[in-house]
Amino acid sequence: MKWEVVIGLETHVQLQTQSKIFCGASTAFGSEPNTQADAVSLALPGVLPVLNREAVRCAIKFGLAIGADIAPRSVFARKNYFYPDLPKGYQISQYELPVVGKGCLTIRVPAANSEQPEDKVVNITRAHLEEDAGKSVHEDFHGMSGIDLNRAGTPLLEIVSEPDMRSAAEAVAYAKKLHELVQWIGICDGNMQEGSFRCDVNVSVRPEGSEKLGTRREIKNLNSFRFMQQAIEYETRWQIETLEDGGTIQQATVLFDPDSGETRAMRTKEEANDYRYFPDPDLLPLQITTDDIAHVKAAMPELPDAMKARFEQEYGLPAYDAATITASRAMADYFVAAAGALPKEFAKQAANWVMGSVAAKLNEESREIADCPVSPAQLAGLLKRIQDGTISGKIAKEVFDAMWVGEGDADAIIESKGLKQVSDAGEIEKIVDEVLAANAAMVTEYKAGKEKAFNSLVGQCMKVSKGKANPAQVNEILKKKLV
Amino acid sequence: MINKSLKELGALLAAKQISSVELTREFLARIHRLNPSINAFITLDEEKSLAQARAADERIAKGEAGPFTGIPLAQKDIFAARGWRTTCGSRMLENFVAPYDAHIVTEFDRAGVVNLGRTNMDEFAMGSSNETSYYGKVRNPWDTERVPGGSSGGSAAAVAARMCPAATGTDTGGSIRQPASLCGLSGLKPTYGVCSRYGLVAFASSLDQAGPIAKSAEDLALMMNVMAGFDARDSTSLPREKEDYTRDLGKSLAGLRIGLPREYFAEGLDSGVAQVVQTAINEYRKLGAEIVEISLPNNKLSIPVYYVLAPAEASSNLARFDGVRYGYRAPEYTDLNDMYCKTRAQGFGAEVKRRIMIGTYVLSAGYYDAYYLKAQKIRRLIAQDFDQAFKQCDVIMGPTAPGTAFKFGEKTADPVQMYLEDLYTIAVNLAGLPGMSIPAGFSSGLPVGLQIIGNYFDEAKMLNVAHQFQLASDWHTRMPEGIRE
Amino acid sequence: MSLNLSDVKRIAHLARVEIDDADAETALRQLSGILGLIAEMQSINTDGITPMSHSQDITQRLRDDAVTETDQRALFQSVAPAVEGGLYLVPKVIE
Repeated sequence: MKWEVVIGLETHVQLQTQSKIFCGASTAFGSEPNTQADAVSLALPGVLPVLNREAVRCAIKFGLAIGADIAPRSVFARKNYFYPDLPKGYQISQYELPVVGKGCLTIRVPAANSEQPEDKVVNITRAHLEEDAGKSVHEDFHGMSGIDLNRAGTPLLEIVSEPDMRSAAEAVAYAKKLHELVQWIGICDGNMQEGSFRCDVNVSVRPEGSEKLGTRREIKNLNSFRFMQQAIEYETRWQIETLEDGGTIQQATVLFDPDSGETRAMRTKEEANDYRYFPDPDLLPLQITTDDIAHVKAAMPELPDAMKARFEQEYGLPAYDAATITASRAMADYFVAAAGALPKEFAKQAANWVMGSVAAKLNEESREIADCPVSPAQLAGLLKRIQDGTISGKIAKEVFDAMWVGEGDADAIIESKGLKQVSDAGEIEKIVDEVLAANAAMVTEYKAGKEKAFNSLVGQCMKVSKGKANPAQVNEILKKKLV
Repeated sequence: MINKSLKELGALLAAKQISSVELTREFLARIHRLNPSINAFITLDEEKSLAQARAADERIAKGEAGPFTGIPLAQKDIFAARGWRTTCGSRMLENFVAPYDAHIVTEFDRAGVVNLGRTNMDEFAMGSSNETSYYGKVRNPWDTERVPGGSSGGSAAAVAARMCPAATGTDTGGSIRQPASLCGLSGLKPTYGVCSRYGLVAFASSLDQAGPIAKSAEDLALMMNVMAGFDARDSTSLPREKEDYTRDLGKSLAGLRIGLPREYFAEGLDSGVAQVVQTAINEYRKLGAEIVEISLPNNKLSIPVYYVLAPAEASSNLARFDGVRYGYRAPEYTDLNDMYCKTRAQGFGAEVKRRIMIGTYVLSAGYYDAYYLKAQKIRRLIAQDFDQAFKQCDVIMGPTAPGTAFKFGEKTADPVQMYLEDLYTIAVNLAGLPGMSIPAGFSSGLPVGLQIIGNYFDEAKMLNVAHQFQLASDWHTRMPEGIRE
Repeated sequence: MSLNLSDVKRIAHLARVEIDDADAETALRQLSGILGLIAEMQSINTDGITPMSHSQDITQRLRDDAVTETDQRALFQSVAPAVEGGLYLVPKVIE
């Protein structure tokens, strides 16, 4: 039997606020345990929550970014359960009326019948505001666990997708696109190691062609795309094998163990949960007016899909280039800064450099584009010198490498290293003559009809000039002399 | 001195005819003498009280005093007060020294008030007789074989026995008004949102409201001037200008329309209480008021609605008492769940556990719509009854409680009997309206309270309605036998 | 909607309150009495009525995003049942 995997994601995005969602304690990561657990975070008797305006703004931003309706009135509810990292015995979340309604995200996935990837729309069911829990520290304190509540109350946006994904690759593409988007609009730092972006993945399988969803298992707390891929692949195989062996799937929450590459059911969540959601009486309904939305909208950056379309139209970039460059806000910003300093017709060249040399070097050194040692202005300065014929593309690579290690701007490097292109006809003629004299055999070959010999002669001229001779002029003069 | 009004005490202090230390010592001495038989206080800390008194005296000496500086008051043991043990009447918080101040505590501190001690209460404010306190029952100074009412029974008994000039309370379903009624005092539950709930250990968040218990309406007004006001730390605190609650005292009642809900004088009301209330209403006629009969048709539903909503909220509010960060933790357990279950079984008393279980049940899967949602819908009907009523009248009057103070144990066997104590008070909390109780007379030697219910934010008007009655009567000045000096 | 003993035990467990058989019997009787009182609600037609969560028909006030709290760990942990190294200790959490 052929099987189809059905995947939906619930993503917890930590919002980039200074203070917690319901109190004035800091959200900074990595402090000494419980030093950011104030009276409200600790749920001392009698304390009360007051909602952070910035968290609401972040939710609105996200809603706008996925084209969703922003609820004019949404409600905070209590999700009741006991756990030591949940100080109040309930989590303040949203249940029936979330702040962000239906929206969607377009991802690029490998196409069935084409080399080129194709677009796929993943629907987003909802996104709601809630508070994060604390952390259990499992080092052994005489058989006890330690509880750190610094993280308790950090604002989260939980983004729930429809079960629209059909492979681990699609799920990862969706997660990556979402990861980029929340950073793009500035609501999350995207730091997966620190838990700023965590995914729960619901996986089920069904016979291909079946309409009915299979029983799902939820893989909790994946904090790397690689683990997500591995976990989904393992889980899919496991479910298919279980079913093919005549077994059934029990709904369960599972954890992924990166060491074994396997998923296993969690022990603590085995009992049926009954969260007893009800509207939090400490918090009145959250109202968001069209004015509030307009304010946020006015401050929104251009979104990646819009920017992609603009790059294609305005700069004539091929769709692939435009998509690659807008895959991250930092790369797009870099490109815009570089291309903006150049005439429009050179935008494609700028794109090539950003996607080529810049990306390769960054990759090589595992650096982010935000701390690229060559600034966009420096790159534009370099490209200008290619355009005006001061240097060739080949020399430009050398200059770029020098800029990378901090030797200064393109002009200074060209000057100090004497890399200026030789375009003086007399000088080039002298080089050509020298090469022709020294390579009589090649000349003979050329004249006997071996076209390749011509290229070798050009190469020799370039070598003699240490790459500085204007290649077009070398070509021209050589041709003339060989007639 | 012990019968002096807050205004008089303020004047004596300002004129330096008495010092705050002297006044504080006088009340502390009374507490020492009377509290062993009344049990109105859970915690006393004379050092702290006297230090506050000395600070107040210094403020007075420097001419920096306000109208409350140096006046000693008692605080219900439900308000967090830094450095004070804050038990909420529960074993769960037996050793809990609050590390922060409730908003109201901060306001009293700023006013220079001296805290005489922490008053006894039903555990987590759940009760109408003060019999659920882990720290023992409070006795009614009018008859020590009878209950003082609850849940602010310690505060009421303390004022009635003149162990303090006034005290704070909280009212979720009648917990200020009913003990005021049973102890012959004046008590006010303000409009929901007028007094900050920050630092008030929550019972039912959408109903809880702090308020004063005192000897007279005038004292209540002065207390409200300190207690009421916006607090940014409480999302349900209403952003309103500070008001002077004494501003209407002295206005004539001529033309005042008093609504009498026929449902308040129906079956379930003790005949002696009915008679006292009618007499009081006749007194209002003499003061120029006009009486109109009104109807609150859904009033009888207020008890079922309350006993869904309040326990539901409580079951969630009390989940934080889990033995992890503060409070009681069971000494022996096998694992995490066992620690939770034993801690909560041992730390909470029977009534609290009962309400937690009812609340858990009505919120649980499959029952939410039939209970919780249904109750919230009827809550709206109850509130709409009042909207209709206030089109016909300015204030509503009736009995505060169906009877007078009852004997210990009389209603503990059947929780439902105890719940019926709140028949006339609960609807006010559900609607979020202000309500008060003032002494209206006696039935078989026990005090009877008259309840006055006003429209939203009409506290100042209600206080004058009560004040005019107190100018024309002396019920509020009566004092129980056996506690006189 | 009548309650039985297993309901009582399920509720007690959800609420994390230990209850023995004798107490469960008592609780069953008392809770049933309270549910009887509550049942009166069912006679009322509430079609089309909006549930009322708050007494004032107002919306939520928001606070500015600013850190206003400082570290008070020592004070807060002075009332804790068990702490070590700044952490609250609980019986082992097993995932």
